[in-house]
Amino acid sequence: MKVKDLTTQLKMQVKAGSDALSNEITGGYTSDLLSDVMGNAQEGHVWITMQAHKNIIAVASLKELAAIIVIGNHTPGEDTIAQANQEGIPLLSTPESAFDVSGKIYNMLHE
Amino acid sequence: MFFNMQLTYEIAGGDFGKAGYASSEIKKVLKKLNLDLRIIKKIAVALYEAEVNIVAHAYRGSLTVEIDTVKISVKAQDEGPGIADIDQAMTEGFSTASAQVREMGFGAGMGLPNIKKNADELNISSEVGKGTELEIITYLK
Ligand SMILES: Nc1ncnc2c1ncn2[C@@H]1O[C@H](COP(=O)(O)OP(=O)(O)OP(=O)(O)O)[C@@H](O)[C@H]1O
Ligand SMILES: [Mg+2]
Repeated sequence: MKVKDLTTQLKMQVKAGSDALSNEITGGYTSDLLSDVMGNAQEGHVWITMQAHKNIIAVASLKELAAIIVIGNHTPGEDTIAQANQEGIPLLSTPESAFDVSGKIYNMLHE
Repeated sequence: MFFNMQLTYEIAGGDFGKAGYASSEIKKVLKKLNLDLRIIKKIAVALYEAEVNIVAHAYRGSLTVEIDTVKISVKAQDEGPGIADIDQAMTEGFSTASAQVREMGFGAGMGLPNIKKNADELNISSEVGKGTELEIITYLK
């Protein structure tokens, strides 16, 4: 499954990193704590979070995550978007909750 | 491989916008050296946590990486309040981060435990009112 499948099947909006939508997704991690993600997410995971500030891009880049999905009404700012483009990290957004998004992606990965 | 190199990055306390920059730059250099990817991934976690701790808890500091034929040593030094009780600081979940810093998703009290888990050796020395120094060693094997 690729990041692109999230945009087509779950209608997520691409905020940044559109050059890397062919990244392969191997799993996911849902958390709003940066050190938790640093310690427990794995390369190739999609990260589902309400954090939308610039530092999430460094975390995703250092961990080589496949994409970040910002959920709910949390909108990434211009600095976050610019950083994601620079680092080549797909940054997606959806109005859905972390629970719903995680469940849907889990099902897509396991069907 | 016959090399021996050293890199130093200055870190400003309180500048969350730049947090992670030095770690990312160092990771890029390590990748160019063709080091074992598993080792690079572990060092990237340790570097990031050490860098963010300087930003979140100290006034100013630096990250220095030294690579030789047997190991990679990271030194994170800072001028700051220091750590009064290192065992307590190493306990997962312990954090003195402010409410504002926690809102950004920092302050889980997982940074130092993450460094420990991702290093072969971690030595911490600190003086209250002066600063903290972390030495993080990873053997290339
Ligand atoms: N460089 C430092 N200078 C002063 N105090 C520090 C420093 N690094 C860590 N500490 C102290 O140790 C505590 C635990 O650090 P740790 O990195 O494990 O968690 P945290 O930084 O609070 O949260 P997290 O890393 O999960 O975002 C900190 O809350 C702080 O009190
Ligand atoms: Mg920390």
